[in-house]
Amino acid sequence: MKKILFILWLAMALPALAQARVVTFSTQLSDYGGDGAYLALYLTDADGKYHRTLWVAGEKRKYYKHLRDWARGSGLSQAEYDGLTGASLSSGRTLKVTLELEDTLIDSGYQIRDDSEVEDKRDLSSDSMVTLTAEGSGKSVSGRGYVHSFVYDLK
Amino acid sequence: MLRKLHRLPGLVAALFLVVLATSGVVLSVVPALERSAAIIPATGEISIAELTERIVAHYPGAEQIESSLSGRVVVYYSRDGQPGADLVNPLTGAGIAPYQPSAWLQWVKNLHRSFLMDDAGRMLAGVLAVLMVMICLSGMSLLVRRMGGWKAILRPIAGSGSPRIHAELARLAVIGLLLSALTGSYMSALRFGLLPEGGNAEPSFPAQVSGGAPAPAGSLNALKKLDANELRELVFPYPGDPTDVYSLRTIHGSGFVDQSSGELLQYQPRSAGSQFQHWMIRLHTSEGLWYLGLLLGMAALTVPVLSFTGLRIWWQRRLSVVRPLESASIEVAEVVILVGSEGNSTWGFAGDLQSELNQAGKKVHCASMNDLAEHYPRASVLFVLTSTYGDGDAPSSANQFMTRLERFQKHDGLKFVVLGFGDQRFPKFCQFALNVDAALSSKGLQQMHPVTRINRSSTTQFREWGEVINEHMGVSLVLTHKPEPPVVSDFELVERVDYGAAVNAPTSILRFKPVHSDRKLWQRLSHRNRSLQNRQHLQDFEAGDLFGVAPPGDQTARLYSLASSASDGLLEICVRKKANGLCSGYLHSLKPGDRISGFIQKNPGFRPAGGATPIILIGAGAGIGPLAGFIRKNTKRNPMYLYWGGRNPQSDFLYEPELDRYLTDHRLTGLNTAFSQSAERAYVQDAIVADETELRQLIEKGAQVLVCGGREMANAVRQVFDAILKPLRIDVDELRAEGRYLEDVY
Repeated sequence: MKKILFILWLAMALPALAQARVVTFSTQLSDYGGDGAYLALYLTDADGKYHRTLWVAGEKRKYYKHLRDWARGSGLSQAEYDGLTGASLSSGRTLKVTLELEDTLIDSGYQIRDDSEVEDKRDLSSDSMVTLTAEGSGKSVSGRGYVHSFVYDLK
Repeated sequence: MLRKLHRLPGLVAALFLVVLATSGVVLSVVPALERSAAIIPATGEISIAELTERIVAHYPGAEQIESSLSGRVVVYYSRDGQPGADLVNPLTGAGIAPYQPSAWLQWVKNLHRSFLMDDAGRMLAGVLAVLMVMICLSGMSLLVRRMGGWKAILRPIAGSGSPRIHAELARLAVIGLLLSALTGSYMSALRFGLLPEGGNAEPSFPAQVSGGAPAPAGSLNALKKLDANELRELVFPYPGDPTDVYSLRTIHGSGFVDQSSGELLQYQPRSAGSQFQHWMIRLHTSEGLWYLGLLLGMAALTVPVLSFTGLRIWWQRRLSVVRPLESASIEVAEVVILVGSEGNSTWGFAGDLQSELNQAGKKVHCASMNDLAEHYPRASVLFVLTSTYGDGDAPSSANQFMTRLERFQKHDGLKFVVLGFGDQRFPKFCQFALNVDAALSSKGLQQMHPVTRINRSSTTQFREWGEVINEHMGVSLVLTHKPEPPVVSDFELVERVDYGAAVNAPTSILRFKPVHSDRKLWQRLSHRNRSLQNRQHLQDFEAGDLFGVAPPGDQTARLYSLASSASDGLLEICVRKKANGLCSGYLHSLKPGDRISGFIQKNPGFRPAGGATPIILIGAGAGIGPLAGFIRKNTKRNPMYLYWGGRNPQSDFLYEPELDRYLTDHRLTGLNTAFSQSAERAYVQDAIVADETELRQLIEKGAQVLVCGGREMANAVRQVFDAILKPLRIDVDELRAEGRYLEDVY
């Protein structure tokens, strides 16, 4: 019985999945030589207005306010980043996040931004920033501070 | 128990604590360095508005201003899309240098808080901080017990070597170490969520802003009202975003500032919890408190030495563990020997007593005092041999004794004898032995012989006590306690200086050098433990220690006070030839190049106190030896006065050329001599009486007296000192109890 229900659910869910794309976001940090960095990866609309959170690296919530633009946009409400957090990222390492994004977000002017912060160092809003387009897939962009390069791959 | 609480965490943590402390020392200097480099405006000199205006003038792309508690002001900015950070002069707003936190210091900081191992290391560091708190508290209690109470805590510490260094340093540093350890534990507990964060919730972003055209930072009202020294952080609004605001954090609270109206929005003062947390962290990091940083750093500097000496004490204690002989069971024992011991030396005496009693045909049960049984059905005599710990407390193997005694069942015909071991120079000589004696009496047991107190493991007193026991028990015990057969080394006479032949007191200063032979090396290897100790003795001896020599054909060694220290590379003794003296005659017959065998025995009870304590040295005749050694070592030029008596200045003025030299280079502050066979016909006590007032003042200042020489001289000196001390309402016994009147008498 359970099996049948599951297949039924799969069949209903498939059409929805068809309208989404799997995207891998890779953020490579530079060798800034300090403690682990906190990062917030999020989407904004073309005007820079916060749309939704993709990932937050770093587990201590009290430091989130330093990811300034993201913090302002998301209002630091837990519902915005629930289930989308992980460990902070050491100097020189790469963070890979794979998510499903609705097709409607692609080629519609939405931007992917990275806010970053490191203890005892400055905070950076929009350390990297790139518009989400089908054409931009696989094309690396450089960051301004702790982020060395950022790239997304549409599948 | 207390010692265990001190030792266990110490052993476990020693190495890690050294890392924590050493990195802590490095970090402790940072606040002072930052402070010395900082430019700090006077209070009221400039406001945050003015500071911001000046900085913006130099940095149009300023995004954030940060001001540390030590007065360092940093601006974060973007120029042509590239982020930058500069140190700025708060008075002018001009950049000083690019701000680049030292990677090395960051590394040290990470080593300090996490051993470079992230969360696992942080947890370890937190556990170590808690252990450190335990070590500090238990160590403090041990010291208080050892000194005989809180009131005596600042008195000079008796003893020598590792235990003394350990106690002296710990006493100096414990407050600082405890503060660092407590605050460190607190920070770790915060980090791992064991304690709630003291901070209040962040002020939420203002829902409504005026939205007008941005005004220049210098004109913003809220910023004008605040002094620049209060600023911790000011974050600028995003350029071109009229809905954005300045975020402001000061030492008193945080909030937002409208970029158009200059109004302070959503301001929240710091809560008490947040203040508390802030201060706990600050007391650990000393941020902005450079003087505290240096003090804590100095305290931390002692940790490597404390770890090393602590390990050494533990190791030496382990080496000296003696296992009791096989003993009869409780049920059949006719004689019971109970031992109370801290450093294990009392077990040696108990072993002698036991083996002698065994030889006399007695069934002997020997155990530690804590193993007191409820009943010894066949026993007729109960011996209690015990030392005393600190101010009359039980030594570790006897700390349960009094409790267990409550349940003890006596029977008729069971008598007891208590033998106490201690050191007369400490307060409450053998107090615990006296307490045990009283407790056994009040339990209704019959005392076979009053409590006897053995001073400094005196084998003579032990033998005499044995004779008394023989009479009581009708046995013939020969208690010849040999503490530990000394390991003998060879020495070659390299120099002798002769004095006093003309006044019938031939006295020589003899200098020997150690002779190393392969045979000795082999012996050392074959007796590892003992040779380890022996090697240490050879390396470690100091003036005031003893050199044991036996004349040919004689087993009993005579002890001579050493006038030299190991660092002199020579063994120096001063020996007067006694009429018919076997050993002194032998030593006087030696010519340079001759070899003798001997051993070194520590004598830690006869050492000048360290530090600036004035030292009064008193001696007569050959007793000058160790005193001259003390003066020679006084390279720190602490006040040292010598009173010495001889016979005739032309004949037996021992060490005259050296003493003149020491006076010239101030190793010796004052020299007073008295000669009994010269025109003045004076003895050393006469010289002391002549300086009565000065000596009394020195004693009042905390001076320590060391007397070395014959017994009669020592008695006479004690008498005149009692007279000198009378106006101060103290006497020699009281000084002695404080470790300020030491005697080495023969």
